[in-house]
Amino acid sequence: MSGSAVSDLLLSVDGVTIDYSGFKALDNFSMTLNRGETRVVIGPNGAGKSTLCDTIIGRVRPSQGRVLFKGEEIQRLPEQQIVARGICRKFQAPGVLPTLSVRDNLGLAARKDRRWWKSFGAGIPADEKRAVEEALESVGLTHRAGVEAGTLAHGEKQWLEIAMVMATGAELLLLDEPTAGMGPAETSRTAQLILGLGDSRTVLVIDHDMSFVEQLAAPVTVMHQGKFLKQGSIAEVRADAEVAAVYLGHTA
Amino acid sequence: MPDLSRLDPLKPVLPWLLLALGLVAPFALSAYDLNLLARFMAMGILALGLVLIWGHGGILSLGQGVFFGLGGYAIALHMKLADLPSGEIPDFMVWSGRDSLPFWWIPFSSPAFTIAAILIVPTLVGALFSWAVFHRRVGGTYFALITQALALAFSTLIISRQDVTGGFNGLTDFYSVFGFGLSSPGTGSGLYWVTLVVLCIAFVALRWLLASRFGILLRAARDGENRVRFLGYSPTPFKVVAFAIAAMLAGIGGALFTLHAGVVSPALIGVVPSIEMVVWVAIGGRYSLAGAIVGALLVNLARDAVSSAFPELWLYLMGVLFIFVVTLLPRGLAGLVQGKAA
Ligand SMILES: Nc1ncnc2c1ncn2[C@@H]1O[C@H](COP(=O)(O)OP(=O)(O)O)[C@@H](O)[C@H]1O
Ligand SMILES: [Mg+2]
Repeated sequence: MSGSAVSDLLLSVDGVTIDYSGFKALDNFSMTLNRGETRVVIGPNGAGKSTLCDTIIGRVRPSQGRVLFKGEEIQRLPEQQIVARGICRKFQAPGVLPTLSVRDNLGLAARKDRRWWKSFGAGIPADEKRAVEEALESVGLTHRAGVEAGTLAHGEKQWLEIAMVMATGAELLLLDEPTAGMGPAETSRTAQLILGLGDSRTVLVIDHDMSFVEQLAAPVTVMHQGKFLKQGSIAEVRADAEVAAVYLGHTA
Repeated sequence: MPDLSRLDPLKPVLPWLLLALGLVAPFALSAYDLNLLARFMAMGILALGLVLIWGHGGILSLGQGVFFGLGGYAIALHMKLADLPSGEIPDFMVWSGRDSLPFWWIPFSSPAFTIAAILIVPTLVGALFSWAVFHRRVGGTYFALITQALALAFSTLIISRQDVTGGFNGLTDFYSVFGFGLSSPGTGSGLYWVTLVVLCIAFVALRWLLASRFGILLRAARDGENRVRFLGYSPTPFKVVAFAIAAMLAGIGGALFTLHAGVVSPALIGVVPSIEMVVWVAIGGRYSLAGAIVGALLVNLARDAVSSAFPELWLYLMGVLFIFVVTLLPRGLAGLVQGKAA
């Protein structure tokens, strides 16, 4: 990685605290992401990983601290404006739109002009059409494009949602447990999908599945009780006594 | 859910069947029955708007009577003034002790102003009202309750200002509209044709709208408003526009209804009638435009038959019907036609 030249910095979470009436889901938490980087965030259940995504995307508002995207504060912007700046998130529970077809789900995601007065019409620009077909292809849902998304199997829903997040063209993708409920083969395929994005996107992945994390071969940030615990390669994190204690402490 | 609708022969022909019936009716029905049918068709125009907001937008409004009433009162004001010898004021104002028209009545003597008011006032009120609620992210049951409160406030206001609104009795005794005598048979069938044309235009326009990206986004916001936000859309304007369109259709329906019925009154636009409007659509099928028209026609036909014989029975019967449909046929009668009851 090329040092940390200021121009490489895409996201910085700076001393953020999320307070649920006294309980701090995030406690003075900080981290940064560079352009093109893939980062894995792990931590025991309840460590605050989903809350970190919630904070970046504007679903919850920090009582302290700032979130900077491309150098600008975004922690007070409405959700759709944060998305418009180039951040998109896959939720932990699959969030596809159940009564829309798979293709329409992707069409909404790929749409560039999201203003309401541009919505009167059925025509779809050629580049958006292409983006939708590519997204279908990439997650192997082309043959399912016409069915209602609510009828998909759990794994297919996960992929559809990942494809939606990718189709938005966002620069920063937040993937909250993208392999939850997937078998080993599906998990590998998801890893390939993320690796296939290359340097063009910055990706923050939250996951428990260590084989998945290994396949991603990305730096790992460990969280515990809303705080930053450790950062390093998978091997380093695995060998770390503190990290082991945290996980053991929770499973014991 | 497999798409059974394509297998079913009735679904694509239902709108054409309705149109054929609409075209034949003037030659088959007595003037009295034709007038009745025209009233129900005017209600069908309002019902189409409920398919848009309730079926596809997930927005339950228990206050459509307000917009129906705004359209109805607008045309009623015009007809009251049109029939008046110059310099006089409507008789109910005289009885209430007034000696001049309220200022806001005056422009309704112009036909152009009246038509503009029918189209614009309900739309604008619907847009402002729904924006005020939706932009605070209030929705669901709370929204339904607020619309019901609006219906109550509106009918109460009309009743309490008897001197300028005609109060509980409403406005009636109209003789002509835009120069046509209402008692002549030609006017009756002419108004029927106007209603049929408006109903068809509304049907085609909504069908187009629901198939457009706007319709897709409205359904998306119904299924997951937050999901839509996190895809970068602001759902509020989509919901507000849908609500305004439904209000406009209710206003047009109200104006046409008033022409056919020869009366507009708080009893036709208050809380209970507003709930009945939802029942038409629940029974006909809230996802289906044709279903909603059928619902409005059938329920009102039944209401006419039952309430002339047993006036007290109607409300109970309607309640039972509503519960039956909501529990067993969430897609209404249209769901039966489409082969999917659930
Ligand atoms: N809306 C909420 N109200 C109160 N507590 C919450 C809320 N959302 C999350 N929490 C708590 O915050 C902590 C962190 O949650 P979360 O970010 O979902 O953890 P995870 O790392 O498993 O994704 C948990 O203890 C959870 O119970
Ligand atoms: Mg989580």
